[in-house]
Amino acid sequence: MAARLRGLNRPHLSAGTLAAGLLVLLILGTLAVVAGHAGGFSGLGPWDWRAVWFTIWQAALSATLSALLAVPVARALARRRFAGRGLLITLLGAPFILPVIVAVMGLVSVFGRSGLVNEGLAALGLPPVSIYGWQGVILAHVFFNLPLSVRIILHGWQAIPAERLRLAASLDFQPGDIARHLERPMLREVLPGAWLAVFLVCLTSFAVALALGGGPRATTVELAIYQAFRFDFDMGKAATLALVQVALCVAALALSSRVSRPADFGAGLDRDTPLPAPQGWRRGMDGLAIGLAAAFLLVPMMAVIVQGAPNLWGLPGAVWAAAGRSVVMALISALAALALALSLAQAIARGQRWAEFAGMLPLVASPLVLGTGLFLMLRQVASPTDLALPVTVAINAVMALPFALRILIPAARALQADYGRLADSLGMKGLARLRLLTLPRLARPLGFAGGLSAALAMGDLGVITLFADSRNPTLPLKLYQLMNSYRMDDAAACAVLLMAISFALFWLFDRKGRIHAAI
Amino acid sequence: MRTTLLALLATATPALAAGPEFTVYAPEYFASEWGPGPKIEAGFEAVCACDLVFVTGDVLPRVLLEGESTEADAVIGLSMDQTLRARESGLFAPHNEDTSGLTMPIAWTDPIFLPFNWSETAFIYDETRLKNPPKSFHELLDAPDDLKIVIQDPRSSVSGLALLLWMEEVFGDEGTAEAWAKLKPKILTVTQGWSEAYGMFTDGEADMVLSFTTSPAYHIGAENDTTKHAAIFEEGHYLLAELAAQLKGTDQPELAQQFMDYILSPDFQGMIAEANWSYPSKLPADQLPDSFKALPRPATTLWLPEDEAEALRKPALEEWLRVFAG
Repeated sequence: MAARLRGLNRPHLSAGTLAAGLLVLLILGTLAVVAGHAGGFSGLGPWDWRAVWFTIWQAALSATLSALLAVPVARALARRRFAGRGLLITLLGAPFILPVIVAVMGLVSVFGRSGLVNEGLAALGLPPVSIYGWQGVILAHVFFNLPLSVRIILHGWQAIPAERLRLAASLDFQPGDIARHLERPMLREVLPGAWLAVFLVCLTSFAVALALGGGPRATTVELAIYQAFRFDFDMGKAATLALVQVALCVAALALSSRVSRPADFGAGLDRDTPLPAPQGWRRGMDGLAIGLAAAFLLVPMMAVIVQGAPNLWGLPGAVWAAAGRSVVMALISALAALALALSLAQAIARGQRWAEFAGMLPLVASPLVLGTGLFLMLRQVASPTDLALPVTVAINAVMALPFALRILIPAARALQADYGRLADSLGMKGLARLRLLTLPRLARPLGFAGGLSAALAMGDLGVITLFADSRNPTLPLKLYQLMNSYRMDDAAACAVLLMAISFALFWLFDRKGRIHAAI
Repeated sequence: MRTTLLALLATATPALAAGPEFTVYAPEYFASEWGPGPKIEAGFEAVCACDLVFVTGDVLPRVLLEGESTEADAVIGLSMDQTLRARESGLFAPHNEDTSGLTMPIAWTDPIFLPFNWSETAFIYDETRLKNPPKSFHELLDAPDDLKIVIQDPRSSVSGLALLLWMEEVFGDEGTAEAWAKLKPKILTVTQGWSEAYGMFTDGEADMVLSFTTSPAYHIGAENDTTKHAAIFEEGHYLLAELAAQLKGTDQPELAQQFMDYILSPDFQGMIAEANWSYPSKLPADQLPDSFKALPRPATTLWLPEDEAEALRKPALEEWLRVFAG
């Protein structure tokens, strides 16, 4: 019966199918173009395979740590109410949207050789700790991705219908019972997705591994691609390595979809019932989890601000102009990412699994191979310099899509399961359904996803240097140019500006989503 | 709203300079107001009656991808490790300049690639933090392991690759692996590019950083800070020159040749030192800016011709990887 219903609902060519097709074409098409230009794929050496292996295990470890550490933090945030809670939740999301180079500056000033932690240890007469090495890579990845995991898992807690909580209360459930009947099924549904998102982010991490990796032991696939591109001009090898990344993505997706189980809570009436907040030692533990997470995530950002803020007003006009340009580009990217993500999420909610695969592809697309492929394709049509801004906006939208999608999928699935049949039987279609059902029900995750997309687009250095347009520089490019001209103080100020704008964009979208949310 | 968006996106539409467009590919740092690009543009446009347009990005990969249909009339900012691959492409034409008058520590005879500034690899230190800097590479190797150095990855950075060749030249085929093994405990981290490493040094995270013999000139000239120095090693320092070339397929060969001439002109040479913080390729020492006159010069400048450097690159990289990742 259910299958037949689904068959009736399936549109011939929905926006989601179209978007998914475009994505596959973009990611795999550019890869094929690069391979074609090189005259085929070329083989990998032992060091390349080491890079593949390091990439996998560091990504798996980072994802596992991020997901596990996020559970107590998300639970504490879900069941405690305190002044400034909303602001703290927003602030805790900040590291994820920090430009990598800024985050590394912050981490070094806290955990580095002359950082706060080591000064504290030295004052206590303890031996110093070193951030450099694989532990630095993992630390940085957890720093970046813990916020993402916390937010994804927190949404899971918030999505437990109030009716279940009231039933639990009337049955006099103890914390252990709530964990068994409500929280664990919810985590079973949400955790694999959170793990997968972080795993995929860490697969393509490049700058972090290099700045804190301590040496070639921490080499990722993306660095091997860069080397093939810059020093060997071996496009065949770059294409092979990019293909390896895609294969890893497929394997990770398959794995997580096997583990993930829907929690099947059913629909609720959207009453605002807080989770029961047990007292005693659990209260202390929750406070500790929130405090530790806040310190770990916020102190490095404070360090960046302290270092850069004094020079902020002395920044030259060109930096402010670049900032304005970047904001406009980030806004357009975010709206495009939202439109794409919404259509894909609805297709996925209607049961099209392959759309999920398409939506995750950009995460593991090598920016260098993607850029090179696009360059080879578009060069026939127009001058790459003229296309620089539109291509950057489009690529930023595509790169932010997987995150937006991860946030939207659970909500879109719940929407489809709880309201899909009702809306179908009422004949709600097209714009009316979008305006009256989809947007209000999904406002909260849409706002979060939009904020994330805008902030990510803001901080992107435009790795696609083949399309660089020196007349219209973006803010991250200005930061890079300042660093390359020895102007480290101005660069630090520029980093603060970049961080502030990214955060403001994120906050605006996120807030707008919460205000318009039906739940 | 829409017009505001368009206006913001197009804030920097090209000024209507007179004459034909002359396209030069350059690295990204070139075209910013803190790089040498704007000065070169103003200086050349004053003599060429053309509109010089910098297209920034990965210069050589882009030219190689575009092949003969490239839009570039000339390129500037190639590094020495790229000349062999660039030459083999057959896309570049001779510069037709007399290189006998260059003020470089070596005799430059390349007919295609024209150096416009140069420097050498060196470890930079801050005298307030490091009282007794090593006077030779061997002394550096024997220094205590708590002397922390930041270097760049030879797989992603030009200076990192130059360090590899520098060590090969100083320690020879037999000694280099052992030298790396002695250096390894002193290396705090290996960064992707020069700027992250230099930032760590100025933040006080490392005692020394792999950079250039000319880096202290920036601190003297722009910050009035005389505490940063290059540790001069008696074994010598490895040459790094930045190069320009004209494209064979340019549709404006006269302008391209004029650009080559301009690069060696007193106007360009007098400006480049403090615009790019490197020694000009053709400027007598007494005409250098004061910030450069104060810099100590190493007795020996080491370098390898491109074919020898390229032949050495893979085994040297392999050796480095074995010591560091093994």
